[in-house]
Amino acid sequence: MSSTLAGWLQALALVGALALCYRPLGDHIAGLLTTAKHLKAERGIYRLVGVDGDADQRWPVYLRSVLAFSAVSILFLYGLIRLQTFLLLNLGVPQMPGHQAWNTAISFVTNTNWQSYSGESAMGHLVQMAGLAVQNFVSAAVGIAVVAALIRGFTRNRTDRVGNFWVDLTRICLRLLLPLAIVFALVLVANGVVQNFHGFHEVATLAGDPQSIPGGPVASQEVIKELGTNGGGFYNANSAHPFENPTGFTNVLEIFLLLVIPFALPRAFGRMVGDNRQGYAIVAVMGLFWVASAALVTFAEAQHSGTALNAAGAAMEGKEQRFGIAASSLFAASTTLTSTGAVNSFHDSFTPFGGGLTIFNMMLGEIAPGGTGSGLYGMLILAVVAVFVAGLMVGRTPEYLGKKLGGREMKFASLYILTTPSIVLIGAGVATALPGERAGMLNSGPHGFSEVLYAFTSAANNNGSAFAGITVNTDWYDTALGLAMVFGRFLPMVFVLALAGSLARQQPVPATPGTLPTHKPLFVGLLSGVVLIVVGLTYFPALALGPIAEGLH
Amino acid sequence: MPKPLPTSVRTHVTALRMLLVMTVILGLAYPLLVTGISQVAFSDKANGSIVSSQGKEIGSSLLGQNYNLPKTAPSGSTTGADPDEAPAPDPKWFQPRPSAYAYDPKSSGASNLGPNSEDLLKAVEERRAAVAAFDGVDPAGVPVDALTASGSGLDPHISVAYAKEQVARVAKARNLPADKLNALVTKYTEGRSLGFLGAESVNVVLLNRAVSEQN
Repeated sequence: MSSTLAGWLQALALVGALALCYRPLGDHIAGLLTTAKHLKAERGIYRLVGVDGDADQRWPVYLRSVLAFSAVSILFLYGLIRLQTFLLLNLGVPQMPGHQAWNTAISFVTNTNWQSYSGESAMGHLVQMAGLAVQNFVSAAVGIAVVAALIRGFTRNRTDRVGNFWVDLTRICLRLLLPLAIVFALVLVANGVVQNFHGFHEVATLAGDPQSIPGGPVASQEVIKELGTNGGGFYNANSAHPFENPTGFTNVLEIFLLLVIPFALPRAFGRMVGDNRQGYAIVAVMGLFWVASAALVTFAEAQHSGTALNAAGAAMEGKEQRFGIAASSLFAASTTLTSTGAVNSFHDSFTPFGGGLTIFNMMLGEIAPGGTGSGLYGMLILAVVAVFVAGLMVGRTPEYLGKKLGGREMKFASLYILTTPSIVLIGAGVATALPGERAGMLNSGPHGFSEVLYAFTSAANNNGSAFAGITVNTDWYDTALGLAMVFGRFLPMVFVLALAGSLARQQPVPATPGTLPTHKPLFVGLLSGVVLIVVGLTYFPALALGPIAEGLH
Repeated sequence: MPKPLPTSVRTHVTALRMLLVMTVILGLAYPLLVTGISQVAFSDKANGSIVSSQGKEIGSSLLGQNYNLPKTAPSGSTTGADPDEAPAPDPKWFQPRPSAYAYDPKSSGASNLGPNSEDLLKAVEERRAAVAAFDGVDPAGVPVDALTASGSGLDPHISVAYAKEQVARVAKARNLPADKLNALVTKYTEGRSLGFLGAESVNVVLLNRAVSEQN
């Protein structure tokens, strides 16, 4: 079978698997976010934690719960990392410096999983599983909880209640993430991913050299790293490491896992608002961008432009032999269009156009399909903007799903859209202006600028992948990127929850013949246009200085 | 009677209690459960797919290794081999892809050199010349996986073309018939998973183990 045919079949199989999961998984998520019934285990947790599972919260209380949980998580994880030299299973790693521990704690709590450390030499097993992997679960759940509150804003009328954060968090972890994680962790182990508590195991190779085989509870962390769109690798090489991703099958399974929840959430949205067609319209836009990006990245990588790659004859630098070009490109497009940031090949060595696309994917705001929860709320904000733009064209007050989009709603949507580009562009601008920070670039010229631009785009959008040549384990980068991650995660959440509260308070307006139908192809086209124009063009000058300049070089 | 705590403090206490409960369930019980089942049901794979030759563990079938000549002590030296001496490939073995970390699993990763990088261009050209001379083939015909470093630095695989290219050299160094080595290359060629996932590749660790057991 030719590589091209195999590449196509692989993408088709992935689309088929995602399509099969869309309805059952989406319905399951909608069910767990709306049912009044608590499981026995959940009631036990509410008693331990001291919350009333039947009491809904007003949006400011919901927001305060999100922020308090995240703040406590950052402090707890920071403490755990700093104290790991005194803990079990620390494998004798040295103490992590304060700025790096701070950066790492924020990175995992914000669902970014930017890693300025390398797993093999900086993390013991206990911190990996009881610190980092726990955040992989709960940060994903926080994202879904926030979008659940936004959807309730559309479905509820004349109320100030948007749900209970503690209930949402518990249910998403126990009923959605944990069961899937257990099943697929075992599938990964059956295919070669390691799962043990060993330290390095010493052997003598065939040629007689010593080699240290690493160990660790990798599969249990690998699965939630993808499923929760987190992306923090157990080892430095992330999903390129054969112990994290040993075969062509585990590779496509990992791509499937990182896409499956974000792509099923529009179904949950459609179910909750009582019109499945609304979900189909949203998923159509997500799917459109994903297919286009995957195809373009694959095409760019197959062309191997760039003097060094041309000399080699194919863009295989930084890619694994067992995956090849097609499976590496598919992974790269999927990981940057979600907030995952796991990599099975190193984007720094991608062709100018292919690597530029991975940056552009993140700049779109990670909405196609985006991170768990964050992808859908990002897309719904853009849907609000699209409806508003359409309303302006015909000169009437716009409404979406029966809720009026007035000045207050549009202010929150606009602030949401402005937040991330401000962080990215200011951050990358300042870093490039400082000589010490410029020195962190590995490559020179436009590609060096791309490394910095990638770093801030990745941090502010909570992606976590990198043009990894850049040296970021410095006081300045750890601090600046840490701030980018915090603001890039929590400011948008503030605006989303404020919007949710504002929508929930309204009395719905009945649809009239003048109402823009938001389930038709016309709206799919309009929303796609808004995504490209509003988000894409913001970054055009920055892209021109980096990947575009390099591509034209 | 003590005064009730302010709301903001109570929210943070609730958050801490929730985090601790989740840490016990998701951070301890879950990985222990998965490890327990894995160690019983898939103990070989869960422990790193360790392979042995003649009763001795020689590595993992999933992690690539170096196959270099032993470093030689300079004449007159009493301190032994020079640790900075550049490694030279041993013609007796099938050689793996270049690695950014010299196949040391204590670190892993890629070169991260960009598509237009001068350093990468130089490395590719040097590798092409060195591999062509080592295997006695036309420089234009050297496969791309022999010229580029992998993403993990631990890639255990090479392309079928690169394995075939090395057969004549290994056969000569070991005084083995080339047919026998070609048969081994075919035996250790791993097709795409399920026939269409990933790329076809030859596992160098398993191939070299089989080669070493020939004589």
